[in-house]
Amino acid sequence: MPKYIAKRLLFGLLTLFALATITFFMMHMIPGSPFAGEMRQISDVIRDRLIAQYDLDKPIYVQYLKYLKNILTGDFGTSLNRKGTKVVDIIAQGLPYTASLGFVAFCIAMVVGITLGAIAAFSKQPWINAGVAFLATIGVSVPSFLVALLMMLVFGVKLGWLPLIGLATWKHYIMPATALAFAPIAMISRLVRSGLSEELRQDYITLAKSKGTDPLVVVLRHALKNAILPVITYAGPLLATLVTGSFVVETMFTIPGIGSEFVKSVTSRDYTFIMALTVLYGAFIIIAGIVTDLISAAIDPRVRLK
Amino acid sequence: MDSLLTVKNLSVDFQTDQGTVHAVRGISFDVKSGEILGIVGESGSGKSVTMYSIMGLLTDNAEIRCDQLEFQGVDINPTHFEDKKGYLAAMKKLRGCSMSMIFQDPMTFLNPTMRIGKQLCEPILNHTNLTKQQAMQRALELMALVGIPSPETRIRQYPFEFSGGMRQRIIIAIAMANNPLLMIADEPTTALDVTIQAQVLELIRTVSKQMQSSVILITHDLGVVASLCDRIHIMYGGKIVETGTDREIFYSPNHPYTAGLLSCIFDPREEHSELTPIQGSPPDLLSPPAGCPFVDRCEKAMKICKLKMPEYTQLSPTHSSACWLNELAKGGSEG
Repeated sequence: MPKYIAKRLLFGLLTLFALATITFFMMHMIPGSPFAGEMRQISDVIRDRLIAQYDLDKPIYVQYLKYLKNILTGDFGTSLNRKGTKVVDIIAQGLPYTASLGFVAFCIAMVVGITLGAIAAFSKQPWINAGVAFLATIGVSVPSFLVALLMMLVFGVKLGWLPLIGLATWKHYIMPATALAFAPIAMISRLVRSGLSEELRQDYITLAKSKGTDPLVVVLRHALKNAILPVITYAGPLLATLVTGSFVVETMFTIPGIGSEFVKSVTSRDYTFIMALTVLYGAFIIIAGIVTDLISAAIDPRVRLK
Repeated sequence: MDSLLTVKNLSVDFQTDQGTVHAVRGISFDVKSGEILGIVGESGSGKSVTMYSIMGLLTDNAEIRCDQLEFQGVDINPTHFEDKKGYLAAMKKLRGCSMSMIFQDPMTFLNPTMRIGKQLCEPILNHTNLTKQQAMQRALELMALVGIPSPETRIRQYPFEFSGGMRQRIIIAIAMANNPLLMIADEPTTALDVTIQAQVLELIRTVSKQMQSSVILITHDLGVVASLCDRIHIMYGGKIVETGTDREIFYSPNHPYTAGLLSCIFDPREEHSELTPIQGSPPDLLSPPAGCPFVDRCEKAMKICKLKMPEYTQLSPTHSSACWLNELAKGGSEG
């Protein structure tokens, strides 16, 4: 097991290296420059000096090698747009907001999604089944900003129950987390519903019933665990995505997280910041993948870790 | 011997998209304590459905009608309960305790992600006050009893680490966990190699003798029941067509279907013996025939066979058969 994890981590590092390389070159291929924004009224002399300061006048492979050398020592550089601020510091400032919001959204998605899916799988009432299916379709197809807007209008403005801006108290979390969780809830409930109805048809359920086990216990002890496997596979990348934030939701609720920073950094060609966030996101995805595989192996002994 | 299980006029219908399937059409039989009863018939003859309906394990689209269903004198007729809840509560106490079931396919009837030990302990913990440790101890005993080598190691393993034969032994161990009075074995050897088949049958026989429990052995293979069963029912098209002891069924089969089944068994002692298949296929139970279900495949079919189901003719105290040929013979001797 430790050997397996070490191997996976090593491969993860290789993947990160590849990711950083590809992003680095693609990023520089996009036309535009960090100092070319319409808002910046700076003279050509200053611009040239800035470009020289950040080595942007050097050949791209020189820049690349220098960048690699720096990140190997943990130095992700300073932001090109916010002078003198290290990108690591910007991320350290925004990540707690983004990650805590993402984690809350993840928990909501898992609890509500699994519950809804289970209800749909058991219910013999056709309208409950249809209702969950309807909700799932809505959840997948309606964009999160629309959900967020509707909630803001109803609960924030009309009823005044929930605060609209920031992440100060637990109340602040409700709307943005729900908006983030909306689509995952739909996906998870669908996975659980199909997984559970599939497992409940299996022969081993009949055998469990023939032992005199209570039908509800049969479901909880036998079916649910096996039905949850596809959800685990989906949940890993989902968690990684959610804790790295969403531009739309963070912008709408004015949350100072890294999700909104990410998009801003791309439009302003903040090269160092783009790189740092890409590597961070990649690392999250890779770790989530490893954890997902470990959990799957713990649940299903037939999954072999090699 | 008194009767352990009494079934009178049991019918099971399934509502499907294609229409109503009449899987079991009014069968009656009883199981005496300590006996091994064989039920033989081909796929779709209703034998498994009959057993599942006794255990209450049928799917929700099944409709059971029954005049009498008693186990140990206790009424377990599902139509006699006010609601499904009451029926399930009653069955929960019986299932896995005094009546249990050995299933057909050892590859699919064990939970793939649960350790063998836990699956074995489940019926024990359901029906006794034993602690988990004591239940584990009992599980080890059971594994040794069904002939699983080094049970201490095996008990911590998962089903995929067992061979088919070993898994079937585990399923038998689960069925015998609480010394049941009745074990229903639903084609227990169909999915196994021939060499393993004999071992598993022998195992079922020995454990049932040890626990003095009755066994209903369902099979489509007359060879399986040959030396094992005290009595044999032959089922066809959702009905029992012939009943007798093993000797009566094998040496003086009365119903043409039974005779047909026997001629499908290969006898190596006879030189140049040829297998004689029964031509045609079983009746469509969406619209079952009004008369004898075997009529379309029977070489001796008469006009009346198509119109009306014959009554059972008692050929000996233990041997009865439902065939118009018997009525004809009777009529002939009388008139």
